[in-house]
Amino acid sequence: MRAAPAYLGLLLLALAAPALGIYPVFAMKLLCYGMFACAFNLLLGYTNMLSFGHAAFFGASAYVTGWLATSRGWGAIAAIGGGVATAAALGLLIGAIAVRRRGIYFAMITLALSQLVFFVCLEAGFTGGENGLQSIPRGTILGVLDLNGDTTLYYFVLAIFVAVFLLIRRIVHSPYGQVLRAIRENEPRAVSLGYQVNRYKLLAFVLSASLAGLAGSLKALILGFVTLSDVGQANSGQVILMTILGGSGTFLGPLVGAGVVLTLEEYLSERVGAWATVIIGATFVACVMTFRRGLVGELQQRYGRRRALSAAAPPP
Amino acid sequence: MQKSILTALCAVLACAATSPARAADGQVVIGDIDDLSGVYADVAGQGAIEAANMAIADFGGTVLGRKIVLLTTDHQNKPDIGASKFREWADQSGLNMLLGGSNTGVSIAMSKVAGAKKIPFFAIGAGGASLTGADCTPYTVHYAYDTTALGNGTASAIVKNGGKTWFFLTADYAFGTQLQESATRVVNANGGKVQGAVRVPLGAADFSSFLLQAQSSGAQVLGLANAGTDFVNSMKAANEFGITSAMKPAALLAFIADIHSLGLATTQGLYLTTGWYWDLNEETRAFGRRYFAKMNKMPTMDQAGYYSATMQYLNAVKAAGSTDPDGVMAQLRKTKINDAFTKGGYVRADGVMVHTMYVMQVKTPAESKYPWDYYKLIKAMPGEEAYGSQPDATCPFLKR
Amino acid sequence: MTSVFGVPLPAILGQLMLGLVNGSFYALLSLGLAVIFGLLGVVNFAHGAFYMLGAFAAFVGWQKFGLGYWWMLLLGPLIVALLGIAVERLFLRHLYRLDPLYGLLLTFGVAMIAEGVMHAHFGSSGNYYPVPGLLRGGLHLGFMVLPVYRAWVIVASLGVCLITWAVIERTSLGATLRAATENARLVQAFGINVPVLVTCTYGGGVALAALAGVLSAPIIQVSPLMGSSVVIVVFAVVVIGGMGSILGAIVSGLALGVIEGLTKVVYPEASNIVVFVIMALVLVWRPAGLFGRDP
Repeated sequence: MRAAPAYLGLLLLALAAPALGIYPVFAMKLLCYGMFACAFNLLLGYTNMLSFGHAAFFGASAYVTGWLATSRGWGAIAAIGGGVATAAALGLLIGAIAVRRRGIYFAMITLALSQLVFFVCLEAGFTGGENGLQSIPRGTILGVLDLNGDTTLYYFVLAIFVAVFLLIRRIVHSPYGQVLRAIRENEPRAVSLGYQVNRYKLLAFVLSASLAGLAGSLKALILGFVTLSDVGQANSGQVILMTILGGSGTFLGPLVGAGVVLTLEEYLSERVGAWATVIIGATFVACVMTFRRGLVGELQQRYGRRRALSAAAPPP
Repeated sequence: MQKSILTALCAVLACAATSPARAADGQVVIGDIDDLSGVYADVAGQGAIEAANMAIADFGGTVLGRKIVLLTTDHQNKPDIGASKFREWADQSGLNMLLGGSNTGVSIAMSKVAGAKKIPFFAIGAGGASLTGADCTPYTVHYAYDTTALGNGTASAIVKNGGKTWFFLTADYAFGTQLQESATRVVNANGGKVQGAVRVPLGAADFSSFLLQAQSSGAQVLGLANAGTDFVNSMKAANEFGITSAMKPAALLAFIADIHSLGLATTQGLYLTTGWYWDLNEETRAFGRRYFAKMNKMPTMDQAGYYSATMQYLNAVKAAGSTDPDGVMAQLRKTKINDAFTKGGYVRADGVMVHTMYVMQVKTPAESKYPWDYYKLIKAMPGEEAYGSQPDATCPFLKR
Repeated sequence: MTSVFGVPLPAILGQLMLGLVNGSFYALLSLGLAVIFGLLGVVNFAHGAFYMLGAFAAFVGWQKFGLGYWWMLLLGPLIVALLGIAVERLFLRHLYRLDPLYGLLLTFGVAMIAEGVMHAHFGSSGNYYPVPGLLRGGLHLGFMVLPVYRAWVIVASLGVCLITWAVIERTSLGATLRAATENARLVQAFGINVPVLVTCTYGGGVALAALAGVLSAPIIQVSPLMGSSVVIVVFAVVVIGGMGSILGAIVSGLALGVIEGLTKVVYPEASNIVVFVIMALVLVWRPAGLFGRDP
């Protein structure tokens, strides 16, 4: 793979990050939201489905993981597993209803159903309602590796991120991924060729939901608390922002987008306070108007070599 | 592809650049995480920052030869932001003490961080009594007031004056629920009855439908278990819808800023409990006037509390000879608090700063003789009566 | 006191009344949204932000310039409509030829900017706006006291809705608009300046949102976040009514306000999501909405 040396370089940088003095909690947050954005991109970039309620999976999984770790005392791996399973189940439920429609109607259904999930999280006893879940223990991996140290946890999260990234690449480059591409390019033709289009879309939806859930579970363990913001509309909006800013048709785009948004939020809010949102919003508008492929997409277009079988289609 | 790597690299380096500066060792860092722009902004907010700065200046700007630095941020009533910022300051900026809260939910989240990172945390403005109960830590000091004192003060005064049946309008988070519980206990203990309650989201725009529910309950008293702009709005709406002609409003938590905002015509006769009032004695008046000169309004009990807490912390550091958290906490627990905020106050084992609480009634427009002359003193409750004579039994670390 | 299923009748009637007030707002807001979607095919995510800007226009007009409510009722929508027209000309116009999702994303960004600017300037807590002198006091309806102002809101919103509906469905201007929705090229061939028509329509829809904002200023606290909390509900209403249907928007808006009110009597917490439950059901069984044409 031509991209391999470049990815390797990035990986080395990530491995060296704590030594470079980067605040581990911030780096983990970046990986977490980067994962969330990559999962979201599986739907937007490769299947052209814009989901407006993806935070439902992120948040629901975070709550379940948090609850399993606190009230049930489950270890890290088991708690994460429980969260991801919840996200997958939710993805199946919501997906089954949503994939039957396209475009704006699909987006509206995901919006409505994510509001229902929000409501459930607000009212259910175990989530703590407006107060959220606090003091979620990080626990240990298989009773051996203690995750309480920030640096240890960072490498754990990094490992999971790399695995997820490779998984997404694998999915996109697989025969299944090719069918998804066909559906995106011309759905009626795919149907006429005999593909069960809705089944393929549903699978993509469930995969995306599960990976988003994984990101949420990690967030619960990293920061130690889960609140309604994780499952709310603003979080759904933020992941859309990150993915599009970074570049929805690329692999690294969502990660870069997450990095840019989180860094801007962190850096700007200390200096300009509430104007941070304005600057981020203006950047987004500029992105939609002029650099529609996102940061990574545009750079790839200008400087990257054209690949014969491009994984990403340029936006219309 | 290479350029996208470059972008990612830049993003990562930018992260490194934004990591907050490592604290210089020669500083004492005090943090303030509060609601600077939302429902509680007038009650503490910028005024509290000013009060803390006044204390630092009065103390002399340095302690033990180290410069005192104040970091501030807005938690926007989100526990995520409050807890994350606290942790970040603790990890990266060498934070020695945190002031803050106003919002009970955020303060509970922050107190967990205080316990984990062992940093003294003065919870001011947040009412929830669980901060010194189920959520207590050895490093939390609950200043100014709490929901127990409010219940014992206001609810008890109203029930004794004939308000037997109650309906609560409760802010739907830790503070509202705990305030409702505390008031309910007092109502029941005094022979009253709670007809019902309705939960209202924090910062709700329109109270009309909740007030209608209150009205249809037929209760005598409308218990407002909320604060800040929520309290102001629910009072206004209650007047608009004519609810106040049938039900008596009970301001379970009201600050002088709220009374000023609503005006005496709307609020006259309201009972409320406060930990401090600017017009109590010469010392409080002096502080009030100093604050007024800078902010053009009289300080609320929270803002006065910020001044006092900062002072007390700095005094404790000086007396203990270091910023070591355990040493400072031990020193704080030994000292009697005698300043413009209160006389004879002390920090109890569970973290409550026990001090005199005052049950006040809002004056009528005719009774008010000069600007900000709003309260008349009904009863001065000694600390033990307001907060209970024993530390909270539900506090985990006391059980050891 | 008579009761229905154990709930006292005055309580039900009271909530229904309030539901009607909310429904009038929903109707007015969804009307603007439906008009914009019908003609431009743009899902205007910035609708909530324009609503908020209308309310702030009233607030600033009163605070800074001493202009009363009645002035701002006219000026507010005008000023905000100009802003909307600027957005359409500078940004939206260039995205029509692309996938409609871009228009949605752009308006989403515009909403972020508008809310961010207002938040930075005014803080996030609500600002008080006084009820205009003529409309103070309450009407004693027996089962509740209805503030005169809220009764005015019902009358004003329904009036505006009716006028808008009449203009679109019954006048030649409206006919031109509807024709342009179906076939812009043909209408242009008739010599009608379709781009100007489109711009004015966007401005008109935005003006409706801003009008709703001015109307709401005395009732709810004027805060930068007031738009984002209401825009999702309004979307749901429009989807239920049928995305391009004017009548659908008005009827659904009113109906949903009333249904919300009824839910508050039985299961108050659910009143926030009853709109979404209904929307999800409608989308599954009648994707075009109750009054809409097929997608």
